[in-house]
Amino acid sequence: MHYHLTDLYRLQPSFLHRLDPRVKLLAAFGYILAVSLTPEGTWWAFAFFFLLLLLATFLTRLGIFFTIRRSFIVLPFVLAALAVPFTSPGQVIWRIPGLNWGVSEPGLIRFLSILARSWLAVQAAILLTAVTQFQDLLWALGSLRFPRVLVSTIGFMYRYLFVLADEATRMMRARASRSARVPGSRRRSLLWQGKAAGAMVGSLFLRAIERSERVYAAMLSRGYDGQMRSLTHFHMRAKDWISLVTVGLLLIVPLSVDWMV
Amino acid sequence: MLFSLNEMHIPDGFLSTPVAIVGWALAFVFISVAIRQTKNQLGDRQVPLMGILAAFIFAAQAINFPIAAGTSGHLLGGALAAILLGPWAATLIMTAVIAMQGLLFQDGGLLVMGWNIINMGVLTAFVGYATYSFVRRVTGDSTRSRLAAAFTGAWLSVEVAALATALQLAVSGTSPIQLGLPAMAGVHALIGVGEGLITVGALVLLQKASNGLLVEGENAPGRRSANIIAAGLLVALVVALFSPLASASPDGLEFVAEQNGFLDRALDPTYSILPDYTVPFIANPVLTTIVAVALGTLLVFVVAWFVGRNTTRSEAAGD
Repeated sequence: MHYHLTDLYRLQPSFLHRLDPRVKLLAAFGYILAVSLTPEGTWWAFAFFFLLLLLATFLTRLGIFFTIRRSFIVLPFVLAALAVPFTSPGQVIWRIPGLNWGVSEPGLIRFLSILARSWLAVQAAILLTAVTQFQDLLWALGSLRFPRVLVSTIGFMYRYLFVLADEATRMMRARASRSARVPGSRRRSLLWQGKAAGAMVGSLFLRAIERSERVYAAMLSRGYDGQMRSLTHFHMRAKDWISLVTVGLLLIVPLSVDWMV
Repeated sequence: MLFSLNEMHIPDGFLSTPVAIVGWALAFVFISVAIRQTKNQLGDRQVPLMGILAAFIFAAQAINFPIAAGTSGHLLGGALAAILLGPWAATLIMTAVIAMQGLLFQDGGLLVMGWNIINMGVLTAFVGYATYSFVRRVTGDSTRSRLAAAFTGAWLSVEVAALATALQLAVSGTSPIQLGLPAMAGVHALIGVGEGLITVGALVLLQKASNGLLVEGENAPGRRSANIIAAGLLVALVVALFSPLASASPDGLEFVAEQNGFLDRALDPTYSILPDYTVPFIANPVLTTIVAVALGTLLVFVVAWFVGRNTTRSEAAGD
């Protein structure tokens, strides 16, 4: 499974795009938390959360299937939970023909609940990234009292991510162009290949260190004093507060219904 | 450009909420200390250096080579970063990498990110660094002993991270430990070889290019604390691995065994090595894995010791 190294922000004039990034961050995190807290087998609650997600996607005007299309990124990890239907004790409802492996009812419910939770959560994260510029997202993290040094470091990483990824790609292209193999010739040993890949990593490290020194010198010459300053600035407006409260109330609906019944 | 997903990034939904929150709490402790330690180490250079090196680790993770049957050797990078810059700087760099992968590419969840940071950032950095410095101390001060030490550290860092991941999945009830642990340990014993080879390859180049760089990493802060923290983390991991055996909950295989009618056979005295010993047959896959990982570690360590010792002697003899 691979993914393309492209920024997933989608510029679009929409209500969600214009919201304060803190509201979007809190809403997405709250949504993931609420989904994670939903008890196993509460299918109506999962359906409710899915409808909320569809509503939010609709508001972005990116197309209703936007998040679903990218959500299959969690598929490989499903392998980790694949044993659950077979190993959870309970009433056996189906057996794999020939193998005599029984699928138990509680096991199946747990497995499907894990799938539902991760599928909904990853879509919320996709939506957050699609409607919030990464720098704004980091600003929101900093403003919500995340360690400032970490936030600045990630911001710095974001600036040079594509530069260094490009260098790595060029190195791999160079390796590919030099390692053509005549059909029938012997393959290079694992040790040799590992050494070659390691040398690429090593020289990439040297280039990164040298670049960081140049960048730091350039920053110093422009008056860097150890503080990262950002032009990004948001103020909570009335519609931001209303959105935050609305999302909060919607997210506790399933919990409160569960509590009242 | 295509970047491959790492199977160790846990997505949201696969860990239970309390487990996920414990992970964030732990991660915050380590991140705070790491920020303070790297500030002392680097001063104003902290942010630009850490940021660009985090981008480096991200890019380096894409450099791979084919191993066998569709798997490819690639880097996680925690051990390499720790060897080059010290364990605290590595923790901070890996945290940035994991945060970026989760926030920008949805590779790994947000609620479970605390554990992803602990597994792939903190554990790889400290286990890698402590193993590296320990093997170096034992095998002497030759260039080849450094490489042997780096291989051991890198291999073990991946293996420990995989064991920790399997444990968190088991505690959350997502994957039974009797199946998950051997599977994760087995796959990552192979992946760890790729990690080790790339780490060694990088050090070979860096040794030739600038030896001062490596000495700087060896003198980074956290040298003494690294051993204690790595030992503490390992003890915690082993205790945690054994505790589910004491509880009644992971009876998954028993359920499977019962259905298939081999529980009777399993309890047959001929199948247990020590008939009076109370560890049931069911616990054996976990036990076997732990023993296997321990033996594997010992093997890698002995090879590293031989490689390091022999070259130290020949260098001392004026070779």
